[in-house]
Parts: sequence; C-alpha cells; structure tokens
Amino acid sequence: MKKLLLYLLTLFVFTTVKANAEVASDTVQTKKVDVGHLILSHVNDAYEWHIITIGSHHISIPLPVILFDSNHNLVVFMSSELHHGETMYGKFKISEDKKYEGKIVEVIPDGSEVRPWDFSITKNVLSLFIGILLIISIFIAVGKRYTSNTLKAPKGVQSWIEPIILFIKNDIALPSIGEKRHGQFLPYLLTLFFFILINNLLGLIPVFPGGANLTGNIAVTMVLALITFVITSVKGTKSYWLHLVNTPGVPWWLKFPIPLMPFVEILGVFIKPIVLMVRLFANITAGHIVALGFYSLIFVFGEKNIFAGYGVSVISVTFTIFMGLLELLVAFIQAYVFTLLSALYFGMAMEESETH
Amino acid sequence: MGLVTPDIGLIFWMVLSFTILVFVLKKYAWKPILTALHTRETAIENALNRAEEAKQEMLTLQAGNENILKQAVLEREKIVREAREMRENIIAEAKKTAHDESVRMKKNALEEIEHQKLLAIKEMHDAVATLSVDIAEKVLKDILADSTTQKTLVDKYVKDLKFN
Repeated sequence: MKKLLLYLLTLFVFTTVKANAEVASDTVQTKKVDVGHLILSHVNDAYEWHIITIGSHHISIPLPVILFDSNHNLVVFMSSELHHGETMYGKFKISEDKKYEGKIVEVIPDGSEVRPWDFSITKNVLSLFIGILLIISIFIAVGKRYTSNTLKAPKGVQSWIEPIILFIKNDIALPSIGEKRHGQFLPYLLTLFFFILINNLLGLIPVFPGGANLTGNIAVTMVLALITFVITSVKGTKSYWLHLVNTPGVPWWLKFPIPLMPFVEILGVFIKPIVLMVRLFANITAGHIVALGFYSLIFVFGEKNIFAGYGVSVISVTFTIFMGLLELLVAFIQAYVFTLLSALYFGMAMEESETH
Repeated sequence: MGLVTPDIGLIFWMVLSFTILVFVLKKYAWKPILTALHTRETAIENALNRAEEAKQEMLTLQAGNENILKQAVLEREKIVREAREMRENIIAEAKKTAHDESVRMKKNALEEIEHQKLLAIKEMHDAVATLSVDIAEKVLKDILADSTTQKTLVDKYVKDLKFN
C-alpha cells in the first residue's frame, strides 16, 4: 500500500513536469497561453507521441502514418516527416482548418483539403497496443499459474486479480444474466472490465507508456458499446423482441393507434449503447481536462504576475492530487459500470417470458 | 468537434485488436482461470463435506466406544457379583456338608461305642465266669489239700444232701 502511494505521488510529480513543459512551449511560441487549445490538443489523438519540449525543441516519438489517398493508393511514412505539422509531406499535411483541425489531410489540385482514409498508428493506437500487450502478458502468466497450481492458494498478481474475477463472475454476471447462461458471456465481460480498467489506469500515468486519453476517446468507447449492442441483439430471445413491440403491463392506448410505447422501447435499444459510449468517454475525458485545467491556471496567473503563478501552483498541485485520486476511483467505477450495464443488457436480452 | 468525432483508423484498430484480445484471453486466460476456480471451489466443498462426515463418524465411534465401556463395566460388576455369590454358596455348602459329616461321624462313634461296650461287657462276663471258676478251682484245691478239711467238707455236703 505504501509502495502504491509512493508510486502515485511520483506520477503526480511527473504530471507537473510534463504539463509545465507543454505549457512552457506554448508560451515560448505564442507568448500567450491558449488554455482551450492546449487542453484539447492534449486530450485528442496525435500522430506523434510527444514526450517533452525543451525551449523550442520538441522531443517526441514518431509514429507511422498509413493512408489511402483519393486515388486509392497506400501511402506510408513516419510522422516525423511532417516536423510536428510544420511542413508538408507530398500532398499531405496536418490541417489547421477548423473542419479537420489536427488531422492529416490531402491537398487536392484545386487547393481544398480532403480527408484520406486514415489508418495511421496514432498515439491512441500505440497506447491501445501497449495496453493490450500488458493485459495479455499479465493474464497469460496468471492463467498458466492457475493451470499448474490449480489447488494452491493464489499468489502475487494472481491474488490481486482473483477477487476481481470472482466479483465480476458472482456479483455482476451471475445476478444479471442468471445461473444457466452467464458462462458464455463471462469471457467478454472479464475482457471488457480489465481492458477498460487497465487503459483507464494507463491514461492516469502521465509519462510515455501511459498518458494517452484512450478510454476517453469516442471511437474506442463506441467500439466497446457497439460490441455490447451486437451481442445483445444477436443473443436476444423471441420474447425480448416481442416485448419491445408489445410491452406487457402497459395500457393498450399507449400502443394503439399511436405506437408510443413501442417507439420508446425501440429507441431505448439504441440509446442504451449510446449512453454506455458517452458515459465512459465523458468521465475519462473530463478527468484529463480538469487536471490539465488546474495546471493551466498556474500559467494563466503566471502571465499576469510570476508570483501569482507560484502561489496558484500550490493550490493547483493540491487540487490535482485530489483529482488524481478521484480519477483513480473513477477508473475502477467506470470499468465496473460499463461491465455491469453490459451484463444487465445481456440479461434482459436473454430473459424468458415466464419471468414476467 | 474533433473530440466527439470518431476516427475511422482508431475504430479499425480497436475492433481488430479488441477482438483478438477477447479470443486470446478466452483461450489462454479465462478458460484455465475459470476452470481452475471451479475445480478449486468443488475441491474445497468436497474437503469440507468430507471433514464433516469424518466428524460425524468420529462422534458415532465415540458413542460406540462409550457404550462398549459402559457394557464392560456392567459385565465386570455382574461377574464380580456372581463370583461373590458363588463363593458364599460354596462356603455355605461346605459348612453344611461338614456339619452333616460331623453329625454322622458322631452317631457312628456312639454306635461303635455302644457296640464295643456290649462286647466288652460280654467279654467281661466271660472273663468273670472263667476267673470265678479258676478261683473256685484254686480255692477248692487249696482247701482240699489237707485231708481233714476235705473230710469236713464232704461231711458238710453229705449233710446238706441229707437235709435235702
């Protein structure tokens, strides 16, 4: 526990260093802190993994850019060719236009910008790979231990993970889906929980292997919500679909002549995954934005008066530590909520008519 | 708007890698883990059940032992009691037999004494008779040794005879 606290504290110190560096670079270039732009560029995806800026020199990890241009040709180059968006590579550049801001666009002969099919290994994609490698290495090692020492007491990482697995099995899957059918959904629910949790935690680490806002990216949460939606629809029983159209226990005039209730029910089918998507995205992104906002305060005040900046830094660091601990809690809660709701939706879809 | 517009690239990589993740973890992590957990659960349950059974068995065994012990104590008491009774019986019988024997012997002795007494009396009678004859003979011989006496005696007898 002490070790963990120490680790967290170290993380926050690094956060300070990192934010300082980033904000400093902005002040050097523009001589004015654009807090909104700073925060959004940090929260958004990027074509390179920015580590630190010293003076006006950026240190970042270049990542491969993979594009299909307007002629359906595959174009692959490293993002370092764009020099942090300062130069063009062939007909490609990072757009500064409002519409595609921060994205790579193809400049077609008439001068307008077109977005190509973009399959680049961006910061978030690399973070996704790192997270997945981490999860696979942890769980395959743990899985091996279970095979070799089936009847022994859990040990090491195993003893951290076992209560969580049992919690998901006995307190999420079992009551939501039921004794008979919960087994087939367990692999997905467990993967979902640990994927969200580990990527949330990676997002809290401000230095290289972490720091990407992966679970706060709408594309990632959308895919997760879509998978839940697809499983719910595919596994939906006849009575589940019938109840959508003809909800039992509702007065007839709500269904006929205006099918108000069926309309609401069918809308609900789509609203559920959308809510899942938005909840995770908003919670994680908000955490990142608030932490960055507190740090930006230092530089906003520092611009007026350097001593005001120092003064505010004390408050900012204190609040960010508090926010960080809160985010740690949120990381667990959001993983739990996403998994629980997915399990509940599966349970609803698998419900037989006799339970009504 | 950039924040809420999903990128096709990230969606593609996410679908690909998450699907792979689910299948890899299903095969190499969740299956062995869940099977092991189930095995352990049943193993623990079985062990607990067996322990409970052993406890019950021990209790019945203990009760049986107690019963046996109680019976043994009863048996011992019974044997001791029987032995005591037997001893008393034997003593009483011995006493009775001894008494009877002594009575019988006394009676025999008395009879014998009586018999011997009679015999002795008879013998004494005979002895007395013989002695008397002997004495008489001796006396007669002594008396009749001198002829005067013999003469007087014969005279006397003759006189007696005459009187008769």
